[in-house]
Amino acid sequence: MTTSVVRTGPVPAYDYKIVRQFTIMSVVWGIVGMGVGVLIAAQLAWPALNDLFQPFTHFGRLRPLHTNAVIFAFGGSVLFATSYYVVQRTCQTPLWGGWLVPFTFWGWQVVIVGAAITLPMGLTSAKEYAELQWPLDILIALIWVAYALVFFGTIAKRRTSHIYVANWFFGAYIITIAVLHIINNLAIPYAPFMAYSMFSGTTDAMIQWWYGHNAVGFFLTAAFLGIMYYFVPKQAGRPVYSYQLSIVHFWALISIYVWAGGHHLHYSALPDWTQSLAMIMSVILLAPSWGGMINGIMTLSGAWHKLRTDPTLRFLVVSLSFYGMSTFEGPMMSIKTVNALSHNTDWTVGHVHSGALGWVAMISIGALYHLVPVLFGRKQMYSVKLINAHFWLATVGTVLYIAAMWVNGITQGLMWRAFNADGTLTYSFVESVIASYPGYVVRFIGGGFFLLGMLLMAYNVFRTVTDKENAAREDNIVPHAQTA
Amino acid sequence: MSTFWSIWVIVLTLANLALVIWVLFANRKVAVDDQQEPGNQTTGHVYDGIEEYDNPLPRWWFLMFVGTLVFSALYLVVYPGMGNFKGVSGWTSVGELENSQEKALERFDETFGKYAEMPIEQIADNREALKMGARIFANNCAVCHGADGGGNYGFPNLTDEAWLYGGTPEKILETLYKGRQGMMPPQGPIIGEEGVKNVTEYVLSMNGLEHNAEMAAAGKQVFGTVCMACHGMDGKGNQALGAPNLTDNIWLYGSSREQIQHTVRGGRSNQMPAQKDKLREDKIRLVAAYVYSLSRQQEAAQ
Repeated sequence: MTTSVVRTGPVPAYDYKIVRQFTIMSVVWGIVGMGVGVLIAAQLAWPALNDLFQPFTHFGRLRPLHTNAVIFAFGGSVLFATSYYVVQRTCQTPLWGGWLVPFTFWGWQVVIVGAAITLPMGLTSAKEYAELQWPLDILIALIWVAYALVFFGTIAKRRTSHIYVANWFFGAYIITIAVLHIINNLAIPYAPFMAYSMFSGTTDAMIQWWYGHNAVGFFLTAAFLGIMYYFVPKQAGRPVYSYQLSIVHFWALISIYVWAGGHHLHYSALPDWTQSLAMIMSVILLAPSWGGMINGIMTLSGAWHKLRTDPTLRFLVVSLSFYGMSTFEGPMMSIKTVNALSHNTDWTVGHVHSGALGWVAMISIGALYHLVPVLFGRKQMYSVKLINAHFWLATVGTVLYIAAMWVNGITQGLMWRAFNADGTLTYSFVESVIASYPGYVVRFIGGGFFLLGMLLMAYNVFRTVTDKENAAREDNIVPHAQTA
Repeated sequence: MSTFWSIWVIVLTLANLALVIWVLFANRKVAVDDQQEPGNQTTGHVYDGIEEYDNPLPRWWFLMFVGTLVFSALYLVVYPGMGNFKGVSGWTSVGELENSQEKALERFDETFGKYAEMPIEQIADNREALKMGARIFANNCAVCHGADGGGNYGFPNLTDEAWLYGGTPEKILETLYKGRQGMMPPQGPIIGEEGVKNVTEYVLSMNGLEHNAEMAAAGKQVFGTVCMACHGMDGKGNQALGAPNLTDNIWLYGSSREQIQHTVRGGRSNQMPAQKDKLREDKIRLVAAYVYSLSRQQEAAQ
């Protein structure tokens, strides 16, 4: 067995301030976004909760707030933090970009606060995951260009000969999100927070889901694979399983993903050929997606025993299991005959959350538990027991959530398509809503578990940052297995 | 789609798939075999302490990848996908829809067809037909009129004896086919605020509800000159106009003083959508029979 702890000689003074800022805000926005999520889950079970403070607390206004907060505020902050951290350390050079670096942080916070104000006011472009109106869209585009300059500027002045695989994924995500965001949000403004989309009808729908699916594909998949490629081998203290595999699955993943958006529009006015192409590209995506899972999990070979004592590593590995599960589910649901059952049901919501909670949030949490002690010069997190408790809350919460949505989704799909021999529908719509009620309650409980875990994390992070006893380290070496 | 865009789609699709296949096969073998050189298991790159093994692609994964590519190639031959190429099966989503509609029509002609000519009263005596009518009602009408037909604020109760437009089979069919436009014009500008309040007291008095007798007497004068045109001198309404009976203590918009004043002052406007183009003719007859039976049950119970 080879050892992976290779000394890299003297290291430069990395720019950790920006990473610290984004790391702390990840925890804050995670709690806000998931809190809103738990509230709207409760609204679906007990609709009277819509009336808390009408019209601002209506489900239709809070739902985009939830999705934007968890994807772009929480997920975005995690990605800024980890990509800035990883690109510096794997290129062995501090960040390039001067004032552009703090601009990305403060600009991003302005966007998030702007979203939290405008969305409950009902100011929306009505494009899913792109609801923000044009002034905020322009600000996002500027921040993103600054982000790209900083990231690729840092790559350009790297002190290593090659570019590490994590940075391939971060780079692909930064470039693609810029293209998607700018094209999908092209619009003609006619008021300070109102604009008409440049596209109309089926074209608009296709552009929107080309964007929507690749927000998942690049923001929530490729970029988080970048996190995986750094934090899993680092936390496990093992080499990455296969360089060849990372080459193949990287190129296949990023080139095929952009074709798949049409599967959100199966059985719609979208032309048949577009639907078919989207379906087969989604099926082909199975292997490239699983390439990342294999490379992550097989990296653990020879280090499985660390899972017993290191809950941070457990977060990282379980996230890969959920990743594998949801990237199998995705291609399956894109097959038209399966989609005929699953479309518009809670199954889709469950699928998204097995990815969002199980994969994106869990790998983020694992990476944050790895980062916080390093960034704040502590030996380890304040309490490993609390990390462990967080791990079980998150895992049980995710399982409750997705199991409830599977049951609901398949129930709804079957009830909607049930016909009597006389050609009438067997069930009226409201009967399927009544049948979904228990699932909605379980989903609320699962979401509550997950949120509770995040609150434990906030406490643990707070104590770690403020605890002066937890002696600071000087040597810049990242801890491996943390023992309980 | 023009030929240019068709070629564009085909070329991009094939080029992307070809590149993926090339990357897959080009990286199938590792550069240095570990058997020959056991010491050389990594690529030699080190990033922040992270090394990379040069393990080959897992065989099962490689085969799975090839399997999905083969499936996709076959799918693109059989089904539309490559630009204007229609696929050898000739399948289209519109064709599939028309095909299943045709089959459904055949089946429904058997089940529903016999009711197309049957009188509504006779359908209403047929248990099987009423069950179908109830299901059609649940899926199309219950949203407004309630699952039991008991109505809702602004939506008439269909189970009582009070009918806005008449409860005979013919009238029910007419309502279903053509829909109804209910329109009570605003009276505030005509009779003034005092008139509104007085008429309200009079309407309350006609229903035996608590009222101010003096104001009601004044209201009766106003009623006699304005409201009677539609609601009749005795206030019992006019089904030809859809003007409700104001003496039966059955209310579409509530019986409180404020609600009645609101109705008189601002008027009301309501719509029952026409079902002619939404439901098949025989389905409309089944629903009509079901609605007819709802009110008869009430009668039988009394």
